[in-house]
Formats: sequence, C-alpha cells, structure tokens
Amino acid sequence: MGLFILRRVGIMLLTAVCLTFIVFFLTNLYPNLEKLSKSQGNFRMSDAEVETWLGNRGYTQPLLVKYGQWLGVMPGYVIEGSDGELRGRCFETGLPPEEAPTFCGVLQGNWGFSTVFQEPAGRIIGEALALTGKLMFWVMLLMVPTALLIGVLAGMREGSATDRSLSTVAIVTTATPEYVSGVILIAVFASSAVGLKWFKGTATQAMENATFENFFLPVLTIALYGMGYIARMTRASMAEVMTAQYIRTARLKGVSFPNIVVKHALRNALIAPFTVIMLQFPWLLNGVVIVETLFNYKGFGWTLVQAAGNNDIDLLLGVSVVSVFVVLVTQLISDIGYVYLNPRISVS
Amino acid sequence: MDPLSWAEIITRVLTQFLPVWVSIAIVFAVSITWKRKLGLYGKMFDSPIGMIGFALVLFWVFTGIFGAMDLIVTHDSLGQSAFMKNEVPGTPLRGGDESAYPYYLLGGDNLGRDVFSRMVDGAWVVVQIAPLATLFAFMVGITLGLPAGYFGGRLDTVLSFLANLILAFPVILLFYLLVTPEIVETGIPSYMATVLFVFPIVFLAVLLNSRYHTRPKLRTPLLVLVLGLTGWLYLSLISQAGTGVEVLPQALDLFDVPGGILVVFVAVVFVNSPTVFRIVRGLAMDIKTRDYVAAAQTRGEGRWYIMLWEILPNARGPLIVDFCLRIGYTTILLGTLGFFGLGLPPESPDWGTTINDGRRLLQIYLHPALVPAVALLSLVLGLNLLADGLREESLRD
Amino acid sequence: MKDKYDGPILEIDNLSISFFTRLREIPAVMDFSVKVMPGEAVGLVGESGCGKSTVALGVMQDLGVNGRIVGGTIRFKGRDLSEMSADELRRVRGSEIAMIYQEPMASLNPAMRVGKQLMEVPKIHRGVSDKEAYARALQVVTDVKLPDPERILQAYPHQLSGGQQQRIVIAMALMAEPSLLILDEPTTALDVTVEAAVVDLVKELGQKYGTSMLFISHNLGLVLETCDRICVMYSGEAVERGSIADVFDEMQHPYTQALFRSIPLPGADKAARPLRAIPGNFPLPHERPPGCNFGPRCDYFVEGLCDEREIPMFDVKGSDRHTTRCLRFEEIDWHAPLSGVEARDKTEPGKVILRMEELKKYYEVAANALFGRSGETRVVKANETLSFEARESETLAIVGESGCGKSTFAKVLMGLETATEGKIILDNREIQDTSIEDRGAKTVSEIQMVFQNPFDTLNPSMTVGAQIMRALEIFGIGDTVAERRERMLSLLDLVKLPREFADRMPRQLSGGQKQRVGIARAFAGDARIVVADEPVSALDVSVQAAVTDLLMEIQREHKTTLLFISHDLSIVRYLSDRVMVMYLGHVVELGTTEQVFAPPYHPYTEALLSAVPIADTRVAKEHIVLEGDVPSAMNPPPGCPFQTRCRWKSKVPGNLCETEVPPMRQMQDGHQVKCHLSEEEFRGMTPVIRIAAE
Repeated sequence: MGLFILRRVGIMLLTAVCLTFIVFFLTNLYPNLEKLSKSQGNFRMSDAEVETWLGNRGYTQPLLVKYGQWLGVMPGYVIEGSDGELRGRCFETGLPPEEAPTFCGVLQGNWGFSTVFQEPAGRIIGEALALTGKLMFWVMLLMVPTALLIGVLAGMREGSATDRSLSTVAIVTTATPEYVSGVILIAVFASSAVGLKWFKGTATQAMENATFENFFLPVLTIALYGMGYIARMTRASMAEVMTAQYIRTARLKGVSFPNIVVKHALRNALIAPFTVIMLQFPWLLNGVVIVETLFNYKGFGWTLVQAAGNNDIDLLLGVSVVSVFVVLVTQLISDIGYVYLNPRISVS
Repeated sequence: MDPLSWAEIITRVLTQFLPVWVSIAIVFAVSITWKRKLGLYGKMFDSPIGMIGFALVLFWVFTGIFGAMDLIVTHDSLGQSAFMKNEVPGTPLRGGDESAYPYYLLGGDNLGRDVFSRMVDGAWVVVQIAPLATLFAFMVGITLGLPAGYFGGRLDTVLSFLANLILAFPVILLFYLLVTPEIVETGIPSYMATVLFVFPIVFLAVLLNSRYHTRPKLRTPLLVLVLGLTGWLYLSLISQAGTGVEVLPQALDLFDVPGGILVVFVAVVFVNSPTVFRIVRGLAMDIKTRDYVAAAQTRGEGRWYIMLWEILPNARGPLIVDFCLRIGYTTILLGTLGFFGLGLPPESPDWGTTINDGRRLLQIYLHPALVPAVALLSLVLGLNLLADGLREESLRD
Repeated sequence: MKDKYDGPILEIDNLSISFFTRLREIPAVMDFSVKVMPGEAVGLVGESGCGKSTVALGVMQDLGVNGRIVGGTIRFKGRDLSEMSADELRRVRGSEIAMIYQEPMASLNPAMRVGKQLMEVPKIHRGVSDKEAYARALQVVTDVKLPDPERILQAYPHQLSGGQQQRIVIAMALMAEPSLLILDEPTTALDVTVEAAVVDLVKELGQKYGTSMLFISHNLGLVLETCDRICVMYSGEAVERGSIADVFDEMQHPYTQALFRSIPLPGADKAARPLRAIPGNFPLPHERPPGCNFGPRCDYFVEGLCDEREIPMFDVKGSDRHTTRCLRFEEIDWHAPLSGVEARDKTEPGKVILRMEELKKYYEVAANALFGRSGETRVVKANETLSFEARESETLAIVGESGCGKSTFAKVLMGLETATEGKIILDNREIQDTSIEDRGAKTVSEIQMVFQNPFDTLNPSMTVGAQIMRALEIFGIGDTVAERRERMLSLLDLVKLPREFADRMPRQLSGGQKQRVGIARAFAGDARIVVADEPVSALDVSVQAAVTDLLMEIQREHKTTLLFISHDLSIVRYLSDRVMVMYLGHVVELGTTEQVFAPPYHPYTEALLSAVPIADTRVAKEHIVLEGDVPSAMNPPPGCPFQTRCRWKSKVPGNLCETEVPPMRQMQDGHQVKCHLSEEEFRGMTPVIRIAAE
C-alpha cells in the first residue's frame, strides 16, 4: 500500500510540475508581459521602454530560469537596472539587499505580489480559500447525501414510477449549468419582478456572516449541477447491482428487500459513484468560479476571475497552483478510497 | 398600439416558429414511417424519452438554420433602439420604420435589442460550433485512444498522462489562459488548430488505407481524392492572414473563420478530447479481447485495420450516446465562455453572452437573462434526453 | 422446526409461464408437470432455451417483472407457492427451498466476507445469535470439505478459486437444511476434474441431509450420475418423464432418442459409427410449429396427425411413472437400427506437415498485476518442452483443463506470440520466431483457427459475406470483387449454409450457424492446418454433432491437419486419431487415441477419464476424485506438476515427485507418458471405463 501511495504521489508531483509550467509559460508570454509593463509603468511606453522595463525586473530571462526562480529552486535574480536601481526578486522593502535570501519561490512560501490588490498573493489566496472552503463545505453537505439518496432510491427499483420521476429530475439538473440555474433561481426567489424575495440575490454579506437567507442560493446553485450527475451515476450503478446474481442469491435466501438494499447492494453500488464524486472536483471548481461571480462572493473563484481578467501574473499563478493541487489531491484520495472500498483489488 | 397580452405573445411566437414546426413534423413523419429500416436511429422512435429529446434538439437546430436564413427573426439581433431599453415582452415597437415587425415579442434588453431575435440568432451560434467541435474532439480522441487502448504499454502510459494533465486543469482557468486577446496575438491557438485539425485527415487516411490496401487500384485514387479535398479544406481553415499561420495564398483560401470563433473552437476541442480519449481507450481495451479481434489477428490483418474496422464499429453504441451528451456539454462550455466574455465579440447574440448581459439587472428585469437561460437549458436537456433514449434502445435486444 | 411431511415435496401441475415484452407474449414453459418425492433427485434436461431454468425460477417465484405464471400450480409440501404472501415466501426461500446457480463467482456478494454471507441464513430464518450462526457456518464449511474453514470464513469470494466458491454456494444452500435443493447447471463453469468432485459432494450431502433435489443440466451424463428420475424438456414442454433406467434405455420419445444418437458415447466412431445430428434448428419461442413442437425435426413425423392438435402426455404401460408426449410412441419400433448414416472410409494420415521440437514459451509478468510495472517480475512457464508432430489429414486432440497452456500453444503456432525456445517446423521451414506480420499471406492462410465462443467469433457489425470476403482479400485470393464473392458463396456451400446468409448480420444467426461461418472463414485460404479451440463446447448437444461432422467432412476432402483443443474426452475419443494430454504447461501423455484411452495411463489422464460423465447406463467407471483445484500457472508446484493431486504419488519411492520433473517415458509404439511410476505399477493399472456386456 505504501509503495502504491508513493507512486501516486510521485505521479501527482510530476503532473503538478508540468501543469504549473504550462501556466507559467502561458502567463509569461510576451503580450502578457507587455500589457503588464504598460499597466504598471506607463500606458504610452514605447516598445524599447517596455523592453528595458521588463529587463530591469528580470522578465526577459530565459523561461526555464524564470520558472526555476518562481518555483524556488534557482536563486532569485539580482539585476542592476539600466536606470541604476538595484532590483532583486527576493528583496523586501525595508530590508537592505544584502540580507535578502537567495531563494524565494513558491517552495519557500513566497507566492509573489498581486498587482491588482497590492497585497502579497499568498495572503489573498489564503483568505479566498477560507471563504470558498466555507461554501464548499455546505455544498458537499447538501449535494452528496441528496444525490446518493436520489440515486439509490431511483436505482433500487429500475423502471418504477419513483425511478422515472427521480431520473427526470436528475437529467434536468445535469442539463442546467450554474449560470443558468443561478439566473433562474435569482429570478424566481430573489427578484422584485416575481416578488417572492425569499433569499438574497447576492452573497456578499455571507462572507462575514453566512445565513440561510444569503447563502442558500449560491450553495444550491453549485450543488444542483453536480447532484444530478452523481445521482445518475449512483442510479446506474445501483440498477446494475440490483440485477446482479448475488442479489438474486440474497433474495432467494430469504433476505428482505430493505436488507438487500442496505446490506448487499449499497456497498457494491457506491464504489463507482465514489470515484465520480471525487472526480467532480475540477468541475465543482468551475461552479465555484461561476457562482462566486454571479453572487459576488469574493472567494477563490472570484479571485481567479479578477487575476485572469486583470493580467495579475503572480496571483494567477498562485491560483492555478492551488487549484491544480486540489484536483490532484482529490484524485489521489479517490484512487486510495477506491482500493479500500473495493475488496476485489488487493494491494500487497 | 397596446402591449400584447401573454396569450397573444405566445400565439405570435408560435406563429413565428412555423417553418420549424413544419420541418419537425416532416422529419418525424418520415422517420416513424421507416423506423424499422433505420437501425439505432429508427429504434429511438420507440422510446418516448428519446423522441422528446430529439424533438427539442431538432427544434433548436431548425431554429438556428432558419434564423440564419432570416425566416424567424423579427428584428436585427444587433440593432439597438433607444426607446425599447428593458421593455417587457409584448411591447409595441416605437421609433422603428413601417416595414419592421410591430412588436418586441419577448421584450428588449438593456441596449434596446430584441430579446427574441437574439435568442434565435444565439441558436445559430451553437448549431454552428457545438456539433462540429464535438466531432473534431471525437476524431482526436479516437485517433489517440484506439492505439493507447489496443497497444497498451508505454504509449498508453504517455498518452494517458497527457490526457490526465489536461483533465486536471479546471476548465475555466484553461479558457482564461487560452482565450485572451494577448494569447491570440501570440498565435498559440492557431498553432493548436494546426495540430488538432490534422487529426481528422490522419483518421480518414488511415481508415481508408487499412481497408483498401489490398486493392491498390481502388485505394490510390480514393486516397488522393480524399486527402486532396480534406487537405485543401484544412489549409483554408488554418491559414489566415495576420496570425502565425499563413500557408495558403489568398486566392486559394476558401474561407476564413473569424479569429474569435476559431479560438473558441480550438479551446472547446482541446477540453473535450481527453475525455473522449479516455472513453475510447477503455472501450478498445475491452473489445480487443474478443475472438473476432483474435480472428483478424490470425489472418494477418494490420493493426490499424483491427482498430478502425474491427474495434471501432463495435464501440459505436456508447460513442454515439456520448456524442449526444458531449454536444450538450460543449453547449454549456460555449455558454461559459460567453458568460465570462471570452472569445466571442461582446455584442454576439450567443446565449452565454446574453445571460451575462442580462444578469446585471436581473433583480428588476428578468426577461433578458431568463429567455436565453431557458433556451440553453432546453437544448442541453433535449440532448441529454436523446442520449438517454439512445442508450436505453441500444441496450435492448 | 421442520414438520414431518411425507407427500411429494414438490408437485408442479400443468405449469405455464410466459414472458411479456412490448410486442408480444412469449410462452417460455407450457403445460409442464413434475413431481419430486422426499429424498428423490430429479434431473431436468434440455438444450438452452427449452425453459428448464424458467421452471426453477418459477418454483422460487422469482420471475422478474416480465415473467408471469399463466396457468397451473406449483405445490411445495402441499401448499401452493403462488398463493403465498411475500412474507411467507421469504420464510420458505433459503430455509426450505434453496438454489445453487451456474456462476459461483457471480452468486456471491463480492464486497461481503464469505462467513457473513453464510451466517445470514440462520440469522434470518431461525433468529439465532452470531455465535451460533458462526458455529453452524463452520460446521457446514467443514461438511463441504473445504480446507481451513476458519480462514475461508474470513475471506472475500474473489480470494477463493472457482471450485471453492461453488462449495461455498453449496454450503450456503445447506445452511438451513432445506427440504428441496434446486441446482441450475451448478458445474458448467468448472473444470472437469473439479466438477466431478463437486458433483460427488452434492450427492453425498443430499443423502446425508435427506434433501430432495431438482437438478437442471444440459449434460445427460451428469444427470445419469446424480439423479433417480429424469424429465426431458424440449421447447418449453416436458417431452418425456421417467426413471433414469426407463428413459436412458427404453426411451419413448423421438427427441430423447435423437439426443442420445447425437452425443458421442463410447463405441461411436467417426468412420464406422458416426453421430447423427438432429436436422433443423431449435424453434424460437414465438415461432413454434402447430401440434408437436419437435415435429419438423422428427423422423417419425406424420402430416395431418402430429401437427393437428396440442399433444398431451401419455403414460407408458408397464413402467413406473414413465410418460411421453408422443402420439405415435406405441407404433414406433424403438429398437430399429439407425438408418440414414453411412459408415465412411477411414482416412489414413499422410506425411508430416508440422513438427514441434522442444517448444517453450515463458511469459514475464509483473508480480502484482494492478500496481506493477515496476518491481519484481515473475516468469510464467506457459509451455514446457512441447514436442510432437502432426500429419496430413490427421486429427490431433489437445486435452487439458484451464491453465494447461493450450491457448498459449495455439498463439505461438499462429504467430501471435513468438517462442521462447525450441522449434516449430512447417514443411521444413522454421517459423517459431516469425510473428504473424512477417509471415507471408500464404503461410498465414495455411494455419488458421476456429474459435470457441460462437457469439464472439464474428464481428457483429459486418455482414457474414463481407467477413469471409475480407479474409479472401487478405489471403490474396481472387482478383476482382465479383470473383471473391463467387468464392465466398462456394465457401458458404461448403459449410452447408444457404447463400442468402451472405447478406445477413451475425446477430441474425444461431450459435451453430455462426460457428459454421467461422469454419468457412478459416478455410477461406485453403488452410492446411486448422487449430480448433473447443469449437463445439459452447453449442447445444444437438448442434454439436452437426458442427463436428462438418469439420470432419471438410477435413476429409481437404486433407487438413486438425489440432482439436478440447476438455471433453467423449468428443476427443470420437474424432481424434492421436491425443496429447496437457497439465500446467507440460505434455503429460501423448499417443494414439486407443493408447491414451487404455491403460497404462498417466495418473492425470486416469482421473480425467473418470471425471467425464458418460450418458450410458452400461458404462461402469472407476471412481477417482481429485483433491483440490488446478494450481495456478503463476505459481506451479515444484517437481512433477501433477504431484499435488496425484493419487499414485505414494507409489514412487522417495520424494522424487516433489523434487524432479519426470522424464518423458517412451512406452510401446510411440506412446509417451511423463511420470515417475515404475513399469510394474504401469502394468498393474486397470481400465477406468468398462462397458458391461449387452
């Protein structure tokens, strides 16, 4: 088992390095840098001025060197610029240059500086993650049990009226992306035009003080889409298990129907959806981005949009690293959990 | 003039869709008459769910096509009218000329554009891009997934790693990285298009060659013809003045795809192909253990013949079902792009952009956002139901 | 506690069961009656699709949503099962009636420990404590002769071998000491030697617990060995019912007779006394003929009589409850000699075509299949030093159970794998290192293969004709499409299929027809060597004879060398000239059919012969039951591969068997045996199968 996890972690790290490098490459393309220099320096800079501006700040170094510095495996640049000022990647304001550390990359905990928020990127990401964590917690709490329940109820008697109606609900929710369901939910429950006004149409207040009124709609919006998907998976898996011969064996051994479902079918039926739930994370992250934008909730997704929309390179890189890691870690958990759930796979 | 009542609005909208109703009726009548001879497509008409889904899909396909032919739309979807800003459905047109349609059937948006016409034109955007992009994603996924599943080993390891790499990217992040004006400026999407769009040609060439290599007299002219034609289309598609890729002289360039559309297209294909790859790979691994594959091996068939003619046709059931689902998913992705204002021009009538425009005033005016939202929902729902019906019918017998 | 009841345990009267689809009602069982007395074992025999499993499910009242009992009654100890409430039914199931199925792996819950699954039964039906249930489980697992019962109770099903799983299923059925046990093809998925042991166990336990049994099988031999009475089914109806002796020796229905004539019993011979296949095809449930269902295929059919009305069961006078569903059973002379089948000339083997010399095939596999790739690898010796030769027009049978290496051998011969060591010589050319891509079209077309599973052998999305034409194309036969089409049609003629079949899809064909197409495809390039990998084992008995016959006929005309891979010794004895017995990658015995089927035997051959059920009441067999399962090829025992199960091991001095692989011993006339036994021991062996004088 240990070896297996070790291998998976190894692959995961390799994936992470590849992905961050791709992101690094894309964000450090010249047009992006040009835009950065103009927005930070002066919008009327000539091409030559842009070049020096970038050169003075280490942006014209070879890509791999820059990546190494960002990662923290290569010493940060120290450049005496054409304007005579000495700049270094690891310099901190208020400290003399000699005391600056040699390495200052992500590995050392230095996530860079956000040009939009004028704050260290690490801190922004941390705060945003906490807010999104709160959102996701409630989403999971609502989505997973409901989805599993719907799936199991629908799948245990395939073709029944319960199955048909629950399946239809599940199909409808999978056909409704967050930006559609969010709009519809706001229109119905929060707009003055319909007049129900049960919930708030924004979740800005929920950042400090989440209540049912201001937090339920965003949570529901994210949960709905994933819910349909997981429910359909669970239903398919459950329906398949219910036709398996060992279920017939159990039935003909005199086990009652509720016991068949709970004792014999459930564990077998949950193996497949478990992986699905875990693999939902990349998509949930999408939902988070959409919903946080729609409801103006300043979490991780909102930060991503701000960083990407405003060419905030360091922040975008940080956000990418975190999201890639979230995805990879859940994949790892899904792999390990699968092995535990499924006794047929033995790890020696 | 008085505003229309709801009943009048509904009647007028339904009348406006007349060509669509006629076309759907014809398709259904013809298909149901011959359904026993139409294979899986015909069997779908045994399933009520599949029929409902198919009807929904047909509705939007015909709406898109007829809308582009100027049959259904009542106004120019980009034309603004200062008097019609945020007007509710059924408002009579003020300040327009005499020949124009006298109402904004589903109201006006915040710039005074006709919501109904924008919805109809939005369907055309989806109908143009989604099926084609999905098809390309399938070509890429199949061309790489079959060998990965069939050969296994190191090739499989490498390709699967790459697929997982793309899958681990949150889609929106990928879009934000790929579909920005700065990236378009570097030409990266054009290069990606150059690579991705080669796959259909490779696929066709291998497909035909593996089948007909024993009959050179048929094979050679066939290949020359097909490769020449697709090659020309390919070059026309990728070569474009002003981007990094300019291979074809202007005179031979058949058509140009607007830069924004091409980027969106590439991004959507790129995001979809790894999933298709995984599905095809799994199917190939399953089917390659069958005796008929062994039989082909023992009569000395080439590897590509086995993959494309023995394995692929027998994987078609799950692939067709996934194709329907994936068009729906692509529609959602297009909406996402529009919602974040990526790729497509800001005034574009596509549904995502329209929803994004409309949501700002959602608390007061519902219709500008709600109409495209319901449109998108019904199309994707139709595709999902269609896929469900097909799956059910293909599992029968 | 069980009440004393001495009437019939199970009484089925005029039972009719139908399945309802969207299009129509499909009658699966019609007017079916059978009676099972206490302690009696009744066999239910018929081909696939005859409704025998439906009867079993009807008894269990578990027909699913589409199935319904449309007529008749099923009484269990006098009570009508179809009138019971769901709750009453639940109390009967598992405690009074238990069922055992075909696929042991599928009938055990993969995510539940074996012990828990067993303990469930007494806990539901008797409400006993965990401890009592555990004690009972332990006792029953010991009863079914599983080693180390405590460890087994802790195991998950996938950790047990197929034979062990089936024993667990049997144990589960016996947990509550039911009065009736229904066995639905309980041994079909098992190897022959394992099957023999399981059948033995069922018989023994049936007697020990006094259980009545309803034994469903397609194998007449198996029914003969296990049952007291038999009921033969055809197309949804019982056609003949009676005691084993009556039905086997004094049959009164044409179908029963035809069935016995189509299976290879001792004495049948491909040249002198060939089998007689039943003409025509099994009718589909919704296409049954009027009157007698067997009418269209029956030799004794009389128009205007047999197809006039529904035919009831008639009692046969002077016998014990012997009944038949035939109008003419009293007119027919049942002892008339078989007509219409001519003896054929025996073909003489020609020159040597194929020679194997010390062929070895080893695989390297990762020790851990799932997470492997890196880490240590293990060598699997799939084939060890195979040497033999095959001649023109000769049939060489390769016999062995799963994991014996016969499929690997076929792959190496076909060129799908290359040999690790040794030589394969085809007409003086060495081809062991040439993989199929490098073999010319001619060589490839000369060695072809017929596959086992008819449902898998044809590409489902290509017409039959297109598949045969593709083979012709690849073999470079014919210059134009028209020429190839002509040739394809003549190949269809060769395998006796109508020419219209060229444009049909495989799913429109029956199993036997598909197998014929497979044969046509194999002979497309005038194959000289055909490897037939269990070509008939998945087919119904009556179709088997026809397909076997076809192979023999084509072989005679084309002088083909046939390498016939099979585990069924009856059919091997019937059609082969020479036999090669394999066990765990080793050839343990090689000789002519007469030599292999007569002593001296290799101990494994001896056990195999004893294990194969023979549907002939005159045959007396020596009873040899092998312990345990076939060891895994991944982890073979040291020394002689068979030493773990050999009953002769004690006769070899020292621990020779455990340490040394025996040499190939030359007996008389080219007969070879790989064994350490001494000459005297060999000479002392007695025949396993003896036919009583008539």
